[in-house]
Amino acid sequence: MSDLHVFVEGVGLYAPGLNGWQQSRPILAEPAHYVCTPIAIAPIDSLPAAERRRLGTTVKLAMACCYDAAQHLTADALAQLPSVFASSAGDSENCHHLLDALAAPEPSLSPTRFHNAVHNAAAGYWSIATACRQPSISLGAFDAGFAAALLEAASQVACSGQPNLLVVYDIPYPEPLHALRKLACAFGVALLLSPRRSANSLASLTLALTPDAADTLPTPELESMRQQVPAARALPLLCALAQARTQRLVLDYLAGPNLAIELAP
Amino acid sequence: MQSLLVNTYTTTTALGLGVAATLAALRAQRSGLKGRSWETVDIPTCLGEVDGLDAVELPQDLRAYDCRNNRLAHLALEQDHFLPAVQAAVQRYGAGRIGVFLGSSTSGILSSEQAFRHRDPVTGALPASHSYQHTHSMFSVADFVRRRAGLMGPAYVVSTACSSSAKVFGIAQRMIHCGLIDAAVVGGVDSLCLTTLYGFNSLQLVSAQPCKPFDAQRNGISIGEGAAFVLLERLEQAKPGDIVLSGVGESSDAHHMSAPHPQGLGARMAMQAALDAAGVLPQDVGYINLHGTATPSNDAAEDLGVTAVFGTDTPCSSTKGHTGHTLGAAGGVEAVISALALRHGFLPGGVGTETQDPRLQCHYLLANREQTLSHVLSNSFGFGGSNCSLLFSKHGT
Repeated sequence: MSDLHVFVEGVGLYAPGLNGWQQSRPILAEPAHYVCTPIAIAPIDSLPAAERRRLGTTVKLAMACCYDAAQHLTADALAQLPSVFASSAGDSENCHHLLDALAAPEPSLSPTRFHNAVHNAAAGYWSIATACRQPSISLGAFDAGFAAALLEAASQVACSGQPNLLVVYDIPYPEPLHALRKLACAFGVALLLSPRRSANSLASLTLALTPDAADTLPTPELESMRQQVPAARALPLLCALAQARTQRLVLDYLAGPNLAIELAP
Repeated sequence: MQSLLVNTYTTTTALGLGVAATLAALRAQRSGLKGRSWETVDIPTCLGEVDGLDAVELPQDLRAYDCRNNRLAHLALEQDHFLPAVQAAVQRYGAGRIGVFLGSSTSGILSSEQAFRHRDPVTGALPASHSYQHTHSMFSVADFVRRRAGLMGPAYVVSTACSSSAKVFGIAQRMIHCGLIDAAVVGGVDSLCLTTLYGFNSLQLVSAQPCKPFDAQRNGISIGEGAAFVLLERLEQAKPGDIVLSGVGESSDAHHMSAPHPQGLGARMAMQAALDAAGVLPQDVGYINLHGTATPSNDAAEDLGVTAVFGTDTPCSSTKGHTGHTLGAAGGVEAVISALALRHGFLPGGVGTETQDPRLQCHYLLANREQTLSHVLSNSFGFGGSNCSLLFSKHGT
């Protein structure tokens, strides 16, 4: 088994009680201090007002995480940054509205709702906002999206020798789908990865597939979030990045295999 | 990045089950598009429907996955001895060393569309029989195929609209290059659903007639459904003349959510990147399978992109007039058609197109042609400005 090796150059995070990486870092370093407060997603001001009005919460969450992780990059660097997007259900609120409209006796869809329904909608808006023509991929892996995105982004970095931005985001479905697919709360996480260490490097990660069981979290509220939102499967890694000490952790992927990470500051 | 062996592949579309039926339809320039009603849809249009899906039964242990999309996946996997070839690869590499990366735009959303028509009148609840995870969920088809084939390697679904099942070829190339896996099942599955029919109709992109790619009278797409699977392996197994995936090129338009860059800039970048990845010159490509959706703006943008990279001599055609636009499966379906073109020295002439739009400059084939090929390019471009070009080559050329 070969190992993948990358450096984490930035982290973006928006979730209940975790509003931005800078605010979240000390909390995740000592997770017992975590307090659940409403999510407060930073506004997206990089798109023209006409485009901004079309953005659903999902796209705003994904883009806010991207800007949080890449805040030290220039506009030129953002325009050269390939990306990996992953979400269990994409824009789940938009999906609900489409399904509702299609169930009507004479279905009629809004064109904007339809083009926002593509799973790569957030990636499309992000490429427009950053004028980035680099490749971007959008993944779906049910509960395994975070590890899938990390594998994909790290393999892109290894093959291209270029940095990569990954973002994983989920928001709950409204009822009635919520009853069948319980995504407990909104959660978005982004990582800026690089093949080289820099002054901004938080840690190096060495990734490998493993049959080992995934780590859990000692704090009940965070463990509950980890279990109930696919994007929050990143929490053990986010805590390890906040703690900045050498450790091995295992994230949920497909159960067979899971994803092992050797983290070093 | 190293080339990968493409020895085992299959596709099922409105043209028929498996590659022999597909090749026969291409040789006969037969379209699978038919004007017909489907489900409850009341839109004047032609569809590329796969016959017989309503009667397909999934294996007993995978019944939870039952939906139109997974039935199509199951039907396609049964063709061309695909599963036995995957089992042979499992013997060579081990189940944990084979990945599954599939493209889909709408997965099994039809199941939720139908469930929403049967909500409990009091509580609003969906029928208890509806399994979101196994049908509607974006991961469903990769999960199903992984279990059906008994594979244990990494897996995910790519959903970048109409480039989805082209981009999965790049994942396999990267993961094999990194040593994470030795082989991968890639491809895509997309099936008819209300979301895409009413959605494309709301954008006024659906034609009432069979679509006419690159025709002066083209006025929109015909929606189809399809599945394609390709087993990609390390090149060590390859013999001279075998077909290989030699280059993958990807880009983003960064222009508009549902309209292409008007000069075809993103398309041009993807095509050039695929050539550069393979170290192949434009003049060595003998055929281009165009994205060619038959909307006025898509074909115009692609034409500008193609002629900017290749000039106006390289033979090209769209097979959307045969299959309809199979959306998230189109990249995989057309990768298989590209492999068939290379293997048989056969360039499919487009169908549906009567007269090439005089404003479009590329060398569009209206009739079939027999010609030995060394390299074939396949284009797939999607909403959100997601572009991917795949280059297939004969090994040793």
